[in-house]
Amino acid sequence: MFTGEEISHFLVSLGITHVVMVPDSTLGLWEPALALSKELSLVPVCREGEAWGVAAGLYLGGATPLVMIQCTGLFESGDALRNVLYDYGLPLYAFIGYRSYLNQSTLPGDTCLTFTEPILKAWNLDYRLILDPKQLDEIWTHYRDCQEKQIPGVALIAEGRA
Amino acid sequence: MSDLTLSEAVKILHAARTEEIVVTSMGNAREWMTLAPHPLDWVYVPSSMGQATSLGLGLALAQPHRRVVVCSGDGSQLMNLGSLVTITAQAPKNYTLILFDNGVYEVTGAQPLPSSPETRKNRDRIDWSAVLSAGGFGEVQVYGRAADWQRDVKSWLQKEGPSCAVLRVAPVPNAVGPRSPGPAKERARKFREALTAR
Repeated sequence: MFTGEEISHFLVSLGITHVVMVPDSTLGLWEPALALSKELSLVPVCREGEAWGVAAGLYLGGATPLVMIQCTGLFESGDALRNVLYDYGLPLYAFIGYRSYLNQSTLPGDTCLTFTEPILKAWNLDYRLILDPKQLDEIWTHYRDCQEKQIPGVALIAEGRA
Repeated sequence: MSDLTLSEAVKILHAARTEEIVVTSMGNAREWMTLAPHPLDWVYVPSSMGQATSLGLGLALAQPHRRVVVCSGDGSQLMNLGSLVTITAQAPKNYTLILFDNGVYEVTGAQPLPSSPETRKNRDRIDWSAVLSAGGFGEVQVYGRAADWQRDVKSWLQKEGPSCAVLRVAPVPNAVGPRSPGPAKERARKFREALTAR
């Protein structure tokens, strides 16, 4: 949907300083450009729960982090996000890959389609479903809106393969 | 041989601390809160268990000119073992981990950990020093005596990180979980202000 260079430049335009990431097949394609960026620091973590904790520390320390994980990682990391987003009220933003949304050829009947949006709603996360590259502006507006309201937010990136 | 208690170990660290960021969690946070507070304390209560090391990494990366001291327990660390590798991948020179090894989930009634001989079929004990060294921590040392910890504590606030002091402490009998020291959102706001205003 997006190239790594597009995402890298876009995140810099948002003022993001660190990308805390567990890649998937789609997000991972962006990794080389994110790693090469002189303006972004890429922080690869071993599991998604860590991503929220690292991002929380970055935010508390004055940085502007972005969490970048797949929806399966969202499922895994529930308690970590609950703690930092709601106990401490940190307005962290995340890009979450929506596995199999555009194409289920790799994983027919992928239950990510059943659970991703209900889980986002259960965590009371304000999200925008991104289906088209033309929606980059929508992410920009949503991010700014979340920052202004000091609430967490998610850009849910539709993916076509597992 | 070990004569170090959690309370004593925490008091020794507290006395040595100057302007470092100190992250405490679970049982060590309970003990830390009995001592004088500091604007750069992050008493991580409530927490997501095991996340202290990750949150500390974020602080260390955002505040590279400040020392970050993260106090974690062995039970917590087992819940977030991968974070040790994440930390050494980033290699923050300002990161010191203090790992309290008591072998139990203390605040839930001292149930033995999967790393404890009591729960292991072959009764072996997981060697935290080996785990940390293999995970990339440059300097790791195990302490069990209060006098040794007292002698070396200041050096751990200056060593090039990521480094780790493992403190073998006895479980506290009938220990209770730490109580939140106040409204969490307000504490987060003040802590961020303290870090970004200086």
